[in-house]
Order: sequence, then C-alpha cells, then structure tokens
Amino acid sequence: MEISIIALPLVASIISGFFGKLIGDRISEIVTSLLVTISAIFSALVLYEVIVNQYQDNIIIATWISSGSLDVNWSMKIDALSAIMLVVVTSVSSLVHIYSIGYMSHDPHKPRFMAYLSLFTFAMLMLVTSDNFIQLFFGWEGVGLCSYFLIGFWFKKDTANTAAIKAFIVNRVGDFGFALGIFLIFYLFGTVNYSEVFDLIPTIIDKNLIFLGIEVKAIDLICLLLFVGAMGKSAQILLHTWLPDAMEGPTPVSALIHAATMVTAGVFLVVRCSPIYEYSELALNVITVIGMATAFFAATVALVQTDIKKIIAYSTCSQLGYMFFATGVGAYNVAMFHLFTHAFFKALLFLGSGSVIHAFKDEQNINNMGGVWKKLPYTYGLMIIGTLALTGFPFLSGFYSKDAIIEFAYLRGNTVGYYAAGIGIFTAFLTSIYSWRLIFKTFHGEYKNKDIKIEETHESPFVMIIPLILLAVGAIFAGYTFKELFIGYEGINNFWQNSIFFLKPLSTEHPPFWFLILTPILVILSIPIAYYLFVKNKDLPDQIANVNKPLYQFLLNKWYFDELYDTLFVKPSKNLGLFLWKFFDIKLIDGFGPDGISALIKKCSLKANKFQSGFIYQYAFVMLLGFSALLTFLIVR
Amino acid sequence: MINFPILSSLILLPSIGALFLFFTGSNKENSITVKYVSLFTSLVNFFLSVYLWILFDQSTSEFQFIEDKIWIEGFINYKVGIDGISILFIILTTFITPLCIISVNNSIKNRLREFLIAVLIMESFMIGVFCSLDLVVFYLFFEAGLIPMFLIIGIWGGSKRVYSAFKFFLFTLLGSVLMLVAIISIYWISGTTDVVQLYELGIDVKYQNLLWLAFFSSFAVKTPMWPVHTWLPDAHVEAPTAGSVLLAAILLKMAGYGFIRFSLGLFPVASEIFTPLIYFLSVIAIIFTSFIALMQEDMKKLIAYSSVAHMGFVTLGIFTIQQQGIEGSIIQMISHGLVSAALFLCVGVVYDRMHSRLIETYGGIVSIIPKYSVLFMLFTLAALGLPGTSGFVGEFLILMAAFKDNFLVAVIASLGVIIGAAYMLWLYKRVVFGKLVNSDLKQMVDLNKSELFILSCLAIPTLFFGFYPEPLINTIEVSIGDLIKVYNMNVTGN
Repeated sequence: MEISIIALPLVASIISGFFGKLIGDRISEIVTSLLVTISAIFSALVLYEVIVNQYQDNIIIATWISSGSLDVNWSMKIDALSAIMLVVVTSVSSLVHIYSIGYMSHDPHKPRFMAYLSLFTFAMLMLVTSDNFIQLFFGWEGVGLCSYFLIGFWFKKDTANTAAIKAFIVNRVGDFGFALGIFLIFYLFGTVNYSEVFDLIPTIIDKNLIFLGIEVKAIDLICLLLFVGAMGKSAQILLHTWLPDAMEGPTPVSALIHAATMVTAGVFLVVRCSPIYEYSELALNVITVIGMATAFFAATVALVQTDIKKIIAYSTCSQLGYMFFATGVGAYNVAMFHLFTHAFFKALLFLGSGSVIHAFKDEQNINNMGGVWKKLPYTYGLMIIGTLALTGFPFLSGFYSKDAIIEFAYLRGNTVGYYAAGIGIFTAFLTSIYSWRLIFKTFHGEYKNKDIKIEETHESPFVMIIPLILLAVGAIFAGYTFKELFIGYEGINNFWQNSIFFLKPLSTEHPPFWFLILTPILVILSIPIAYYLFVKNKDLPDQIANVNKPLYQFLLNKWYFDELYDTLFVKPSKNLGLFLWKFFDIKLIDGFGPDGISALIKKCSLKANKFQSGFIYQYAFVMLLGFSALLTFLIVR
Repeated sequence: MINFPILSSLILLPSIGALFLFFTGSNKENSITVKYVSLFTSLVNFFLSVYLWILFDQSTSEFQFIEDKIWIEGFINYKVGIDGISILFIILTTFITPLCIISVNNSIKNRLREFLIAVLIMESFMIGVFCSLDLVVFYLFFEAGLIPMFLIIGIWGGSKRVYSAFKFFLFTLLGSVLMLVAIISIYWISGTTDVVQLYELGIDVKYQNLLWLAFFSSFAVKTPMWPVHTWLPDAHVEAPTAGSVLLAAILLKMAGYGFIRFSLGLFPVASEIFTPLIYFLSVIAIIFTSFIALMQEDMKKLIAYSSVAHMGFVTLGIFTIQQQGIEGSIIQMISHGLVSAALFLCVGVVYDRMHSRLIETYGGIVSIIPKYSVLFMLFTLAALGLPGTSGFVGEFLILMAAFKDNFLVAVIASLGVIIGAAYMLWLYKRVVFGKLVNSDLKQMVDLNKSELFILSCLAIPTLFFGFYPEPLINTIEVSIGDLIKVYNMNVTGN
C-alpha cells in the first residue's frame, strides 16, 4: 500500500501522457483524478497509523547508484514528518486534479496538463519519502522540472516560456548550493543516508574546514549550503524572483505547486535536517533573518500589486518566510503546522482566484473587477474564509499556526527571536491589509471591467466549487483539530518521535497576555481599515501613493530585484559568452593556432619563393654566407 | 567456443562488410542493397558485442578474451583484450553505428555507398582502439580513425567543409605525432610495447613526465580540452548528421579512454604531478564553453560547445583518481555518447526539412511536430543533467569525487551545471516553443518511422541508466577499483 501511494500518480501520468490521445480527454481526467485520490486515501490511512500506532518504516524499493562507498537506494521512509507531507501533497493534489477538470475545460491539451500534474505529484512524493539526500535531490529537481513544464504550459505565450526558464534557472542556483551541501555531507561522513548522517553529526560539531579560503565550522557550512537550496525552492528573498513570474502558469498549478506543496519543500528540508541544524546556531540565525526579511519584503510588495495572482504569490512568499523563521527559532513542529494549515487556505485562495479569473474570462487585474460579490456568491464566501484563515482571524486555522510562530519566536529569548516576533506581528498586520484589499477590490465597489458586461460573469461549475468547499473546511478546522497533535505536549511526546530533533526542549512557558492578544487585535482592526481605504475612501490610497512616489515605485517594481539581477548576471553572462567566443576562441586560439600557422606557412613560402630568383650571384652569395657561418661555428666551438 | 576470436571478429566484421560494399556496383539501384548490407553487418556486430558483454566476467580486472599474435618478430604483437574499462565503449560503438546507418536515409543524398564504407571502416578502427593491448596497434587504430572522419567531413560536409576538415586534421595530427614519438621511446626504455607487460614492469619515473605530456597532447586534442577545442565546433557544423553523431558519440570517447588506460595506467607518478593542470583546463573548459554555448546562433555549434563542456567533466572526473570520479566519467561518456548523438540527430531532423541550422529560423514548432518536440525535450533534459536521466548520474558522481579532492574546483565546475541548464533550455525554448512566426515551418512533417525508431533507441537507455545505472557500474567497478589500487601503490611507493 505504501509504495502504491507513490506509484499511482506515476501510473496516472504515464497513462494520460502517452495514451491521452487514445483514451480521450474525459477518461484521462477521470483516470488521473481517481488514481491520485486513491493515493490520497492511502496517505490518510498511513497518517492514521502513524498517529495511533506510532508506525514507522523504511522501505527499500531498489538500488539506484552504488559506486565505491556511495550507496543510494530508491526508498520510502515513513515517519510522522513524511506522513504529514504525504497527506498534504496527495490531498491538495487530488482536489486540484478535480478542479482542473472544470478550469481547463476550454483547453485543447487536457491530457498533457493532467499528466504533468500527476507527474508533479509523483516527484513531490519521491522528495518527501526519501531516506537519503540523493533521492531527495531527484524529487527536488523533478518537481522543478514539472513546475517548468506547467509554468510554460501555454507555450505560445513568450512571457510564460521566459518565466518557466527563469524558474528553472533560479532553482538551479539554489540547487547548486544544495548539491554542494550533499557533496560536503558525503565528504565528511562517507554516506548520504539520513539516519547514518544524523547519527554521525555529533562527531563533527567541533570540526573546522577551510572552504574557499575561509575557515568555517563544518556544521555551519553544511547547514548554509543546504539552506541555499531551500531558499531557491521556497522562493526566499534573493532567490524569490521566479515565484511571482511563475503565475504565468494555469491557476490550478499555482495552487498546487506554487502555494501548497513544491514551495514548501525548502521548509521540509530544514525540518527533515533538524538533527543537523540544531547544532548550528549560526545557520539557525541566518534562517531566521532570511525568513523574516522575506516575510516583510513580500508583504510590502503585495500591498501595491494589481494582478490578483501576483498578490497571492507574494503572500505565499511571505508565509514561507514565517515558516522559515519558525524553523530558525527551533520550532520545527510549528513550522510544519503552518505548512499544513497554509496548504489548505492558500490553495483555497488560489483556486478561488482562479474561479474569479474564470468568471471574468481571463482577466487578472483587480482594478478591472469589483462589485461582483452577488454574482459569485460561492466564490466570494469561500475567498472570505480563505482570507480570514490567512490573516489569522481568531479560531480559524491560520490563527493557531501563525500566532504560534510569533509566540515561539518571542519565547526563543534572544535578540534575533525578539526581532522576528516584532516583524512577525507587523507583517501579520500588512498581510491582513493586502488580503482585504484584494477582497474589496475584487468583489466590492463598482463594476470596472470594460470588456465584458457584469451579466456575463458567471459562477463556476460545481466541479470547481466542490474542491473549494473541501479546502475551506480544512482552512476553518485544520488549525483547531490538529493543534494538539502538531504543537501540543501530545505531539512532542508521542507524535513526532525521532522525525524532528530538539537539542534543547522547546520552551513551555507562555508569553504575556498582552502579547498574545496583540496580533488578533491588529488583524481584526485591519478589516475596517481596509474597508475604509479600499471601498469608502478610495482616493486616499492614491493620494498616499502620490505623496510617497519613490516608495510606491520601489514597491511596485518589487524592490527592483529583477532589474538588479538583469544588470548583474544576465547581461554580463551574455557579454562574457560573446567575448569568450569571438575574442578567445576565434581571435586568440584560432588566430594563433591553425589559422595563424597556415598563414605563417603561406608567408614563409612566399618569402622562400623570392629566393628562387634565377640569378646565379644571389645563389652564390647565399652559399658563401652559409659556408662562412659553418666555418665560424666550427672554429668557435 | 572459448577459442573463438571474438574481438578480432568484432574488429574485422565491419571491414568485411565494407569490402563487400566496395565490390557491389555504385549505381543508384544498388543503394537499398548497399544499405541493407551495411545495416546487417553492423547489427551482427552489435549482437556479437552484447554476447561479449554476457560472457564478460565482471568479477576480475584481468584482461579477458586476449588474442596474441606475433606481427613483427620481437617488436610488435597484434594483441587485443578487454577489461571492464573497455567493454562499454565497444558496446557504445556497435550500438551507435547501426543507428547512424539507418539515419543516412534522410541526410546523405549522393555517394551513399562510399559513405557507408567509411562508416563501417571507422567502426572497425574504433573497436580496435578500445581493445588493443599493444601501444603500436593502439596508435595505428587511433590514427587510422581520423581518416574516415576526415573524408566524411571533407566529402559530405557543408560549404566550408574543406577548411573544417583540414582544421580537424591539423589539430589531431599535431598531437598524435608526439604520441608516436612517446611510444617509440617507451619501446627503447622498456623493450616492449605490450600494455599488459608494461603494467607489470612499470615505466621508470624519470621518463614519465615527458611521456605523459606527449600522450596528453594527443588526448587533449581529441577530447577536446580547452584550448585545443576549436576544431570541434567547425567540424560538427560542416559534418553531415551521421558524421556528427559518430564524432560526438564515439570519436571523442577515444581520448577519455586513453587517459584512463594509458595516462593513469602507465604514468601514475606523472599523472599525480599533472593533475592540477588537468583540473585547471577542465574547469576552464566547463565554464568558458558553457558561456560560449549560451550565445551560439547555430544549433549544431551550440551542441558542439556543450560537448566540450561535458568532456570537461569527464577529464575532471578521471583525474580525481577515485572510484566515484572515474566511474562517473565513464558513465558520463556513455551518457554523452547517447545524448549528444540524439541531439545531433534532432538537429538533423529539422535540418533535413528546413535546410537551416540557425536557431532564429525556428520557433513554435511544438504543435506542428509534437513527437519530435517530446523526444528533443527528453534529450535536452538529459544534457542538462536532470536526475532520472543518465546525464545526472555521471555528472553527480564526478562532482562528488572532485569535491573530496578540491573544494574550489568542484564549486566552479558545479557553476557550469547552472549555465548548462540555461543554454539548453533557452535553445529549446527558441526552437520549439513560442509563437509560430516563420510560416514555412507549417510544412514540416513529424518524425518518420526510422527517425522515431532511432531516437527511441537512444531515449530508452538514457532513461533506463538514469534510474538504474547498476549494469554499467557493476561492469566497470572491479577494473576501476584495481586500477586505483595499483595507481596509489605506485604513487606512494615511489
């Protein structure tokens, strides 16, 4: 049963990908959705076993690479951590599969789309169930590949293709660090299997290395290199630029890959490697700083964007930042909790926005929407639930997980922790503002679309609404239901077992009461503020933007990261390529090499030609010259 | 059965086929017969080599299937034999050749018979290279392999074929002359050119450096290593598709094989000394040519430059002198043999239809020729080393080994992997995706049966060995392990 969880999506993908034409659109859709749903049911059963019976297993499927001392298997590791990920991945994936049947109903390439979705699910499952770093890397690049395919799914759009390549290359930059991390692990431990590596970690805590001329602690270096990979996949600041562009892909893809599953792989990696990270104070602090910087940065950018999907993309970026700073303060289980709840409400928001886009016939600019809440009652209601959950409105799922992150940051008790808590609270407020801005601009105010009439907008079919309802149930109840399991005493003592490692037990104190209620109050207050700004007094935001023009432009242009990278990396690379080619290869190597030599020989033979002048006195003179030279040589010697 | 001269048969069979072709008339009606004869010959050879693989004993590093005949009394013996290092290259050769022969349907329009003779003779020479155990015999095969290639480029090539053919010839010959001198010196020093005996005797340390350099100059050109790589893009651009395939898939592997068999095997002390040089040149090759590939406008040139980068990984891996590194290099060479062959065939497919190799001619062809696009994508991914393809296994093992030896080298080489993804995906995007601008492209027809067959034949092992490289690793493991043992004994012993 365990193996079929992974195998079914692969089978689905092969059936739909290779025989899609043969069996037709509808059957491909049904087969893929069905197989992934079965996989989701099995995953739930596995999680149940893990919760109730502390089930753990490490299934070896086959040998992959065994070279010298390197031994890598195709494997399936089941413990609390991977069971949670199995459930998140397969359940969101199956809902997205079903939703896609409706969303892609006008697309001519349905079997291909379904095949990519299933293939992605397979790769993601390989990633989370690996028992070694190399299979993890396989899944890691595999999900990146599927993401590349799906972002560029509408292959005629040039922007989509460019975004797809950008996603792949930026991820490769992250993978570069990740791969070096794996090499370093193999170098230090001679193995890449988690359990063996984790056992050996205590033996190297004091080891120092000279890496590129800098002396560093080996453990810090491993953690930082692995974290570079996590930054790429989870779109953390500096390596985040691909995620907003990835919104070129169809919306179900954004929900599955760029919100619920793939982008959380980085968080999963750090949590999985908690036995390593716990020993590296430096790396944990770096993660906290990067996490909070991302959370804050992305929230500020989300405030001014006008593309409905880009707002949610930046919101994802920001929430991933929260997860990272949770791991950074050592609260791995809390990070997993937020990952879990976030999967539901963010997938809900994305699929909801897809429903809106569907209603407006592919319009994505929120300035061209408005006033349709009565026309789209289900979508509206469900989006409200998603927004409440995201902002952390009391007793919805985001409330439990996000507030817990802020609390644990505070309880960490060091400077970084306090900063993280402060920024976390402020960002929660910003999150709330931009989320309500999205709702108000999309559904309230007057109708602003010029291309289609309000009568033409329509609610989505039930095949799209039902997955949304199921996700909404998760968004409401997942926090309350699973709170005890993830972050309560029960969880730490029984559930997580050895899948998460704490060097020193998490603090069990409670922060002061004013601190606990601060975030919820801000979140609740933000609703009327947003309502005032974006419905009542709509000129005010424009005025604010006009007064602070540079700041507004700075945010609108996403802190100019794209422009910066273009001048720093993209253009110089192209110029360097041209230079190396035209100057080095053609001018220098060929110029002095074959072409130069052949030209030289030509020259010499032309010179030699001149000697054959036919004049005897010239020949005699040269003979004389040679003879005297020989004579001189003999005498001098 | 044990006395059946299987290696000599492998070497001779294609030549006999070629001889047979020589005596058939050259008129047009014969072209089908000619094709079937050569295809039949090469297929028999392929099955024979697979049979050889089955008979092959993986548990020893001793040379097997040895045949030893006196050729020139007291000087040269015709001696052939194989071990784990050579057998995979023989199979690669016999596997690629029939595919090449099938592919000529579409690309070679005139003098088909002569072309096939050249291909078959080249197959003979290449197999000879990989199994000869006498330096002189090796040298003869090694150099003779140049001639058919020279002719293929010079006769069936494009508009600048003569320039390219001579550039190819000049570069490769230059290095080879030095190798010949070195082989003669080895005879004077050790009194034999028998590789097995030389392995046992060892070569005096004081001569090793010069000899190593002489061999290196020949291998470096053929690999090709930076900065003697500039013949390769020109040769590829001018060569017909089948020629490019042979060049990339097999000819380039002779040098990699030579490095392992002779540089490491015969001159371990010198290899140790010159390792930094190889590292330096490999890393330069990986980075420089990757950047250059990024800016190419000609598809074939782009793939040619990417070949240089991939071979940079190979030389890097060999000189890590570690199990993972050398195994990775051999897997990388096999993988590159499959993938670069496939990529050149992919270029050939669109070239046959549109007569242009320029990237800008294309764009938006995915909906016109979908089967082609799928297979081209697969090979693009294998070329950028995606896990699950054979390209990953080799590259990853090489980098892993390099990292153990030298952090800096591994870090820089790993950067090449990023650029590799950039130039391959960008190429694919510009050729296959996007809007259809050039309306002539609408006339294109998708892969025909033989093209589909060839590309599938290359796709299957690319994927299979990506998920399960064990058959390859098991074959080479013992031989490489013992090679490294002997190497380390020599280096530390002296």
